[in-house]
Amino acid sequence: MMSPAHYLFLSFALFLIGCIGVVTRRNVIVVLMSIELILNAVNINLVLFSRIFGDVSGQVFALFIIADAAAEAAIGLGIIIAFFRNRETLLADEMDLLKW
Amino acid sequence: MSYAAAQALACALSLSPAMQAVVDFLKTWWVELVCGVVIVAAVPLVAGYVVLVERKLMADMQARLGPMRVGPHGLLQPIADAVKLLIKEDIIPRDADAFIFWFAPVISMVAALTSMGAIYFGPSFRVAQDINIGILFVIGVSSLGFLGVILGGWASNSHYSIIGALRSTAQLVSYETAGGLAIISALLLSGTLRVRAIVDAQADQHVWFIFLAPVAFFTYLVASIAETNRAPFDLPEAESELVAGYMTEYSGFRWALYFLGEYANMIVVASVATTLFLGGWLRPFSNVHWLDIPMGVLPGLLIGGLGVYCIYRAGKQPVKVQFGFMWAVALCCFGVALIYLVPWVVSPLRFAIPGLNGAFWFLLKVSGYIYVFMWLRFTLPRYRFDQLMHLGWYILIPLAIVNVFSVGVAMFLSSEFGWNRWLAVIVTTAFTLAVSVFLVRLHDKHATAASSASAVPSDSYAG
Amino acid sequence: MLDSILFYFFAGVAVLSAALMVTRRNALHSAVCLVSTLLAIAGIFLQLRAEFLFITQIILYVGGIMVLFIFVIMLVRLDAPIHQIRFRMQRFVAFLVVLALALEGVVILLLAHKLPGNGLLIQGSAPADKLPPNSEALAKSLFSDYLLPFEIASVLLLVAMVGAVVMAKSRKRTSES
Repeated sequence: MMSPAHYLFLSFALFLIGCIGVVTRRNVIVVLMSIELILNAVNINLVLFSRIFGDVSGQVFALFIIADAAAEAAIGLGIIIAFFRNRETLLADEMDLLKW
Repeated sequence: MSYAAAQALACALSLSPAMQAVVDFLKTWWVELVCGVVIVAAVPLVAGYVVLVERKLMADMQARLGPMRVGPHGLLQPIADAVKLLIKEDIIPRDADAFIFWFAPVISMVAALTSMGAIYFGPSFRVAQDINIGILFVIGVSSLGFLGVILGGWASNSHYSIIGALRSTAQLVSYETAGGLAIISALLLSGTLRVRAIVDAQADQHVWFIFLAPVAFFTYLVASIAETNRAPFDLPEAESELVAGYMTEYSGFRWALYFLGEYANMIVVASVATTLFLGGWLRPFSNVHWLDIPMGVLPGLLIGGLGVYCIYRAGKQPVKVQFGFMWAVALCCFGVALIYLVPWVVSPLRFAIPGLNGAFWFLLKVSGYIYVFMWLRFTLPRYRFDQLMHLGWYILIPLAIVNVFSVGVAMFLSSEFGWNRWLAVIVTTAFTLAVSVFLVRLHDKHATAASSASAVPSDSYAG
Repeated sequence: MLDSILFYFFAGVAVLSAALMVTRRNALHSAVCLVSTLLAIAGIFLQLRAEFLFITQIILYVGGIMVLFIFVIMLVRLDAPIHQIRFRMQRFVAFLVVLALALEGVVILLLAHKLPGNGLLIQGSAPADKLPPNSEALAKSLFSDYLLPFEIASVLLLVAMVGAVVMAKSRKRTSES
């Protein structure tokens, strides 16, 4: 195992790339994928500290995050499909029904 | 040699730290590397011969002879097929996504081969040394093959491919759940995920897990047929339905990769079933000790008998060349039989007996399982896609869940309440069978209700 | 030394694939890049001796969630928007925010030794052979200490399943029932 700083830098880099993806991309599916990337960066952190302290709770929490990400992806994609049926678009710019 | 000269030689031969690290790595892992290379090199050849066996079996069940021209009784047919596939023109459809088109069969093949890394093909022939999550690793990595299917279908930019890929992936995902639950039933009995420990548990309990969880074995059989896209679940790649499904636009070596990936997957699935349910590399009646020596020499004798049969058939060959080939096959059989029987005579070599015999029994059971696959392929008509999905979600997954529950209850009854283990197994298996009969009845009612509601009186003269 | 080679390999693949993912125009290429990132992260988990999480990541994330994403991308295929003019100002704002976050992160990591206590760069860690078998430890913890969150997670997954089915159903069927 490398020093914790290596893993922290890695998870930080992935988190930042995920943030860039969420803010920059127009395609909402890619936005959802960037959110998954952010969740994975957090998972790396959790597993790293679980390893350092020898406590398995970190991995349990990471497991819950994976399960939660699955549920969120399913619902999010369901919403996207329903919206696509209505509006025929996938771009975040054009989803402006609530705009005044 | 003087001391100074020896020292000079040692200095000249000393390696830099990087090279030393590489040498250390090889020293620790050379067994695994050799086994891995053997698997990667041997699996395509073995898969080719499994195809030949399938064609011969198909011919036998259809009262004909099958490939007979290439080699004696068609034994060189796979090699001819391989050469043909390698020299075929490599066609990439226009507007196809080139990178994913190239990458998809690779994913399929790599997933199937990597999952073979965790399987024990005998007490000591394996790539990975008893990893803690053995069975789960095999299932998880072989499920990466789905990505190869769906990306290949998409990248081909053709209707048949996309529909075939989507149908195939939906089927694979549905039946993977049922298969995973059936595996959990067997894992409950063994108490561990490690491959070696599962077979050792079957040796310790003196029974193969198929007898303790027969419905789980049946569920896994059905789920594994669906997972490898074999008939009767082969709608996504049936020729009269979708040309070849997701493989339509692939030709030559790429198609060979997909095909080999499918057969490698079949071997993986059969190995998992053998490890979990059929006792792995244990010989039949492994706890009956007076059978040790008779069953121990049996593999060698069987292979020698095969060689004798080849010599007998050699006399009946019409062509001189085939006569020579049959003798060559017979001599190979005798060579292998010699390898099996020599350790019994030469006592310093006795350590090799468990490994050799174990590998023989394991391969025999895997072959039996694949034989059942092929038998079902040539006997049953294929399912329509909605029937397939209905069977998976409405019948097989509830059955698998009830199965996990019943195996758990059987273990609980026998350990906490002191019931006889066989009594508990019989009671819970009866319960599971009752539930399965109930589910199938429900399915029948649903099917007849649906068809009678939408049935239009057929008019033969309409038009 | 093997450890560091593996770490740099997995970390490099993860960061490279993530960067590719947020820059591809084709959504399917982004999905494939995310698959590669997730596999690399699974490798990192394995290096941190979290075997069960490694295989769970592969089975659930790659084999489940990413297959779901790829299905949806194929079903809602759109070619037109790829070539439209993009709103450029967002990118500038995004880069500013991310730059601020990055600077903050680097400053924290470098100045950690001034924090009271151990700081962030913790030196010690449990040696590998003294760790209990991972799956057993995880199962014990999951089914005793964290039983309630486990049950809640299963209810959550049930709710998600029902919700996804209801939302993705086509209109014709719902009008009949």
